[in-house]
Amino acid sequence: MEAVLSNLDQYWLGFKVTLELLVVGGIGALLLGIVIALLRISPIASLRAVATGYTELLRNTPLTLVFFFMLIVLPSLDIKFPNPKIGAFIALALYTSAFVAEAIRSGINGVPVGQAEAARSVGLTFGQTVRLIIMPQAIRMVIPPLINVFIALTKNTSVAAGFTIVELVAISKSLANANGNAVVPILLGIAVCYLIITIPLGQLAGWMERKAMVQR
Amino acid sequence: MSTSNVLYDAPGPKARRLSLVSSVLLAVLLIGGFAWFMWRLGQPRTTVNGTVLSGLWDPARWDIFGESVVWRTLLVDGMVMGTLRAAGLAAILALILGVVLCFARTASSRWVRVPTKIILEFFRGLPVLLMMLFIMLALKTNGYWAAVGALTIYNGAIIGEALRAGLAALPKGQREAGLSLGLTGTATRLLIEFPQAFRQMLPIIVAQLVVLLKDTSLAYVVAYPEILRKADQLKQFYGNRYAFSLFVVVLVAYLIVNFALSALARWLARRTGPKAEAALMTQNTKTMGRAEA
Repeated sequence: MEAVLSNLDQYWLGFKVTLELLVVGGIGALLLGIVIALLRISPIASLRAVATGYTELLRNTPLTLVFFFMLIVLPSLDIKFPNPKIGAFIALALYTSAFVAEAIRSGINGVPVGQAEAARSVGLTFGQTVRLIIMPQAIRMVIPPLINVFIALTKNTSVAAGFTIVELVAISKSLANANGNAVVPILLGIAVCYLIITIPLGQLAGWMERKAMVQR
Repeated sequence: MSTSNVLYDAPGPKARRLSLVSSVLLAVLLIGGFAWFMWRLGQPRTTVNGTVLSGLWDPARWDIFGESVVWRTLLVDGMVMGTLRAAGLAAILALILGVVLCFARTASSRWVRVPTKIILEFFRGLPVLLMMLFIMLALKTNGYWAAVGALTIYNGAIIGEALRAGLAALPKGQREAGLSLGLTGTATRLLIEFPQAFRQMLPIIVAQLVVLLKDTSLAYVVAYPEILRKADQLKQFYGNRYAFSLFVVVLVAYLIVNFALSALARWLARRTGPKAEAALMTQNTKTMGRAEA
């Protein structure tokens, strides 16, 4: 306990970086994911194919490899980021965007066919149908799974520890090395830091899911 | 909703032309961009201190793949004995743990149910990497058991949660019918409800196993010699100029194994019927969103 309290500043340092990775990576993933999801439902077959290929490729590649590419392979090709953190942001955003796109697409698939049929039969165009009828209903169903994607992202930020970025897990490693007699409390302290983020998000997802269910 | 042909009309001549033109443009752009990137990779580069490095497609960067020992290190020692061995054991243990947790989570006694729920919440909210570190540092195990242990606990918690969702989604009549036949509560759960829930959730479980397989690459960080660590060792042994070629080979190896497992999940989903496929589509992101690590 003592080891935890005397190192609170270290914890805070790591927590800030983890939060930073989560927020920047999350926003990037959200923007990219929306674009990919829209491509996947577009009327143009080639756009659909590209988006499908992108999601399948990234969903089947381990995140560690994406990081490896960004922070080890690219620098050895002289493509260097001014700060490894930027590489980490890009890796997290790319990897997570595939899951965001899948979540949005499954929400769109969850809207009953009759809704689109009705919209089309009163003469709305593709853009109008998606914008006015499908999306407002899909968003509601998409939010809980999206929150779950962000929970996964929170946990995924830990992979950055293997690539010279000092976030919570990297801090836990150095603290555990420095305080060999208090490894368990130190790691539990780190665990609490993660749970501070993930448990409220999980509760929020559950709550929104129950709300959405009542309305349907 | 199938998005294939409800959202827009069957394409007329104008739409077909537009689609064709944009397809061609996109193809040209993608293939061109890819070719440019490939060409760029193939260009020799001059480093800061004046030495000239050969391009990435130069045979000098790939010649180690002529040696069988490199393939053996990567595929046999790294992929099979490292990645797949850890993933295989962790998958079996995670399945067992998942079933146990699922029963504990739905037990009739509150004294079993509530603690299980807390344990599940706890383990689902933590990064696998932190668990690996915890097992390695606190229990003083080697990288293999740290990796297997962490992957088992994490994925066990998620499979348990998925199975519970499967039980909850069954029609109520199933349990009522079992009880009305005179089966005990446990017998109903084991003989009537669980087999159905398991079949319903099988695609999700297989998809989770893909996640488990991908997560073995995290063991790279705790120095367990899986394929990525082996590639790194080869890079250190043969020199930095093989970094790119080794990366390409590892990526392809991962993609082949993962696509095979994903295809298995899709095949299972089709076989268990459209209901399960829909469950895979939506539940995937509900229960699995948390899982995808």
